[in-house]
Amino acid sequence: MLTKRIIPCLDIKNGRTVKGVNFVDLRDAGDPVELAAAYAENGADELIFLDISATEEKRKTLAKLVLDVAEQLNIPFTVGGGISSVEDVDLLLKNGADKVSINSSAVKNPDLINQLSAKFGSQCIVVAIDAKFIEGKWKVHLVGGKVPTDLDLFEWAKEVEERGAGEILFTSMNHDGTKNGFANEALAQLSQELNIPIIASGGAGNIQHFEDTFKIGKADAALAASVFHFKEIEIKELKKHLQTANIPVRI
Amino acid sequence: MKEKQKIVIIDYGAGNIQSIKFAIKRLGFEAKLSNDAAEIRNADKVIFPGVGEAGSAMAMLRSTGLDTVIPTLKQPVLGICLGMQLMCNSSEEGNTTGLGIFDADVKRFNKQVKVPQIGWNQITNLETHLFDGVNEGEYVYLVHSYYVPECKDEICRTEYGVKYSTALHRDNFYGVQFHPEKSSKTGEQILKNFLKL
Repeated sequence: MLTKRIIPCLDIKNGRTVKGVNFVDLRDAGDPVELAAAYAENGADELIFLDISATEEKRKTLAKLVLDVAEQLNIPFTVGGGISSVEDVDLLLKNGADKVSINSSAVKNPDLINQLSAKFGSQCIVVAIDAKFIEGKWKVHLVGGKVPTDLDLFEWAKEVEERGAGEILFTSMNHDGTKNGFANEALAQLSQELNIPIIASGGAGNIQHFEDTFKIGKADAALAASVFHFKEIEIKELKKHLQTANIPVRI
Repeated sequence: MKEKQKIVIIDYGAGNIQSIKFAIKRLGFEAKLSNDAAEIRNADKVIFPGVGEAGSAMAMLRSTGLDTVIPTLKQPVLGICLGMQLMCNSSEEGNTTGLGIFDADVKRFNKQVKVPQIGWNQITNLETHLFDGVNEGEYVYLVHSYYVPECKDEICRTEYGVKYSTALHRDNFYGVQFHPEKSSKTGEQILKNFLKL
């Protein structure tokens, strides 16, 4: 049976791993290559690297980091942050990334999703969506959650699927950093309306939250950062719990 | 296992081959990337990767003449993911004919399941030395929208809405739908087994 995936997210700034609380107030959480190898050893199903400081110069650093990670890692990983062209994606995939994640650039230029999926295949194109629940509506936000748009989460997600995305990474800005659980209602609706895998992100605080996001939120994968980086949750323990709760996991 | 063997990864411009090269390096071997027919024929082992779209990948193989080289190879050949699919008779993806090594026609998953299938799934009904030391029901990493229906060349099976073939074997040719280079220790064992053939 296809298992539910547990995905540690490594936010990268200047080559180091950091994790923001509500997208600000950054703390240093370690060396990405070292962390990646440790997570693979401890049962992570996949990793995501998000370069939150992506500028032209730093993207070269990211390409080098991808190469270093690929050399060490025997599980798949996704890279995101500041990716805005076919050339960017080509370089990262060539250096050993399995998938790339695009966010703001997809909103600014939706046709990019079509171009990327046509050239590289849907299976390696993840579209990340940051959204905030405002006055009864989930509004898509850009630039690491700083810039609100008029786009509706569900309409945008549908469009993203039609344009060829292989997966959606949905971060609820209301939940991110709160450790109060994932946005399960919105996640379940995404899963209901779409036919591609959905990764839940934002809000993981304890083991029960993961069980809930798979059972209630119908998520295909769950992403978290600080609870893993600061060892508040051990992935092996988490998976044992999920198995007991009859959720298929790879142990 | 031969200490010094020539391992060639066929490089025809399709997808992520760096990861396969690194995976082989972690096993203590060097693999060379090549699209040169003579070099490929001379190798002890040939790996035929592929990520991307079947129709355009076949077009790339035809433009380099590799479509006629691969089916005539005599050493162990391992097709991975799209590589395996291209070794079949045909694919619904891009409505293309394949290399015709395996007697199967590649189909798209239907809408009852999420497509692509992304993640770790179990392999069962394991046959041949490719799976030496691998237990029934172990997990491998898969990412694909098209699949090989159960067929007589099958040496491994997986279930995702339907039961389908996740590995194939005929003569010196092997194919795996999953990514051994990304399938943790299980994948490493399978790659090691291939290098021992």
